[in-house]
Amino acid sequence: MSKSIVIKGGTVINPDGDARADVRIERGQIVEVATSLSGEIQIDASGCVVTSGFVDLHAHLREPGKEEAETIETGSRAGALGGYTALVAMPNTDPPQDSVAVIDFVREQGKRAGLVDVIPSGCITLARKGETLAPMAELAKAGVRLFTDDGTGVQDASLMRRALEYARGLGVTLAQHCEVAELTKGAVMNECQCCTDLGLPGWPSIAEELMVFRDIELVRITGASMHFLHLSTRRSVELVRAAKRDGLPITAEVTPHHLALTEELLSSYNPVYKVNPPLRSADDIRALTAGILDGTIDAIATDHAPHPRRDKEMSLDMAPPGMLGLETALGVVLAQGSFELRNVVALMSWNPARIAGVTKTHGRPIAPGEPANICVFDPDLRWNVDPERLASKSMNTPYVGHSLRGRVRHTIFKGTPTVIDGQAQK
Amino acid sequence: MKHLRSIDELGKDGLVKLLQLTDHMAEINQRPVPKVPALRGRTVASLFFEDSTRTRLSFETAAKRLSADTMSFNVSTSSVNKGESLRDTVATITDMGVDAFVVRHKSVGIPWQISQWTSASIINAGDGAHQHPTQALVDCYTIREATHTQSFDGMQITIVGDIKHSRVARSNIQAFSMLGAEITLVAPPTLLPPDVSHWPVQTTHDLDGVIPTSDVLYMLRLQSERMSQGHVPTLREYSEQYGLTQKRVMRLKPSAFVMHPGPMNRGVEMQIDPSDVKNSLIHRQVANGVSVRMAVLFELLGSGSSLGGQA
Repeated sequence: MSKSIVIKGGTVINPDGDARADVRIERGQIVEVATSLSGEIQIDASGCVVTSGFVDLHAHLREPGKEEAETIETGSRAGALGGYTALVAMPNTDPPQDSVAVIDFVREQGKRAGLVDVIPSGCITLARKGETLAPMAELAKAGVRLFTDDGTGVQDASLMRRALEYARGLGVTLAQHCEVAELTKGAVMNECQCCTDLGLPGWPSIAEELMVFRDIELVRITGASMHFLHLSTRRSVELVRAAKRDGLPITAEVTPHHLALTEELLSSYNPVYKVNPPLRSADDIRALTAGILDGTIDAIATDHAPHPRRDKEMSLDMAPPGMLGLETALGVVLAQGSFELRNVVALMSWNPARIAGVTKTHGRPIAPGEPANICVFDPDLRWNVDPERLASKSMNTPYVGHSLRGRVRHTIFKGTPTVIDGQAQK
Repeated sequence: MKHLRSIDELGKDGLVKLLQLTDHMAEINQRPVPKVPALRGRTVASLFFEDSTRTRLSFETAAKRLSADTMSFNVSTSSVNKGESLRDTVATITDMGVDAFVVRHKSVGIPWQISQWTSASIINAGDGAHQHPTQALVDCYTIREATHTQSFDGMQITIVGDIKHSRVARSNIQAFSMLGAEITLVAPPTLLPPDVSHWPVQTTHDLDGVIPTSDVLYMLRLQSERMSQGHVPTLREYSEQYGLTQKRVMRLKPSAFVMHPGPMNRGVEMQIDPSDVKNSLIHRQVANGVSVRMAVLFELLGSGSSLGGQA
């Protein structure tokens, strides 16, 4: 791919401002950003936003172990279609990402697919059992910057303290799935009036908030940096807001579904709406939105969690939690109508690149000399999701029948188009 | 009416209609030969994933008295016990030609999920702690029979016990309030759902306070595993505060009735032999079970057929 590519007619959104400009790419790099450029391959971007490719902090790619649900290749393709050029792969694979061998395997599979940068996260504890620390120094040496036991939180406060102390020495970030397990045994949905009616065990907000509070205080005494995964409640946002005001090295993400969907959907008895943390109330959505607008929340991350159809055809209590997110994230977030485009780009590209520790290659400005990891999206296009046509191997999207707004048109990864006009190129 | 999955879905008109139809069925059950050909050629499959004595037997008896064929699915000897191949099981039985499934399952929502996978009617015989609509029909019918009133306006119904985990309570609260009753729930806070402020009920933790004003005292079963889950410290303590004792029976209005959906935990919520309770409706609840379930089956499957004739 030595031909020059020009992205024509779009609006470039950069950290230092917006501009109508064409973007010329050669040999994997942006070489020129100016008006009226031409190149051997022209890509139309009229009416579109041109910005750095999205970075997802939270993707379950299921390989190795559950290739029936997703593979690194199919997940990467779903990511590319969603405008992503980098995905942080969650470690709850089988075997889990707690050894250099598995980390290398995941990264290599990502390279083989060649659609996005697959950035493996590492486990905090061996096999995510919450008992002994994973070899974090070895994993850090193998390139891991973000450690998490996602799927579960580290329950043992003493072990979490040690993990933070150890992480500080390595200069890596721990990411917590905040859930006090004793409070969510058998839980299916948010503890609310709807769960009262359905007779389902409730998933109280306090189960999340207690661990958010605990970890903020552990960060305060250890000085290690900490990222909070998929926050879902009003009080969690308030706790993080106060911690940031105290200057603690804390970042936080929310998912598109926690901004768009509410607990009442469970009264359809459809396990596609079962997710961890659970869908909460409209009041929680207001608080999460306010948290985004005032900078308390740093990133929007998908928690893309594919499950095969038969798993989501089980009963509400038996079905595994999780929903697809990569291909719909932008459309769901923009459909909320609460955020400026520049804000969305910060939440989906610039900030997560920083949290993932990949600022050399991702979340960069669109400027000469920069790596050509680029997302071009139409911010106004209305569209509907057809689960049969998703690139993901699974179909557990909760957005059937929803009108989404904003769709990725082109994605360029390392100078090569992975998506053109909404079509995956390989 | 295609399905009977919850009282909410049934609505007040449907509820009243089924109660009236139950009168006809009760009359059939009084005959020397309590059998009519109304559902001849129809097939009813019981799909019980949880143990049941009275509900299952009364459904099967009801189906037979209406001359329907019955098919029974024994879950304990099948491979279906994790819900995984439920869709396949339902599809398979549907292919054999089934007009209705009677479903009981420990998981909330199963009757709704199943109805996506079959064209047959679904009757919910209990899903988790969610709904048990035919029990509510039985209880409404039994109260109407005992009080000789069609409407429950002004009636004080007190439901005592483990409301949180009770599908009987959820269905009955909806049904009793549709018919006009005023409902009081009595339970320790740990056995009430997290938020009942939107339910048409009063709540109290003091059983003795509401005994003298209750027209119906509805006792719920307390399962012993609630202790290990920390809902109550000991069965003795629960029984002391929320059990029906001789002393409490003495303080009931003379016209008040005692009910229990069964099976009873003697010595826990029932500290007294039900036969010693003058106005116990517990046997009537069981007896009316067959008539009510005949009404439900006829309503769902009997389109075009009449209740006349001899089988």
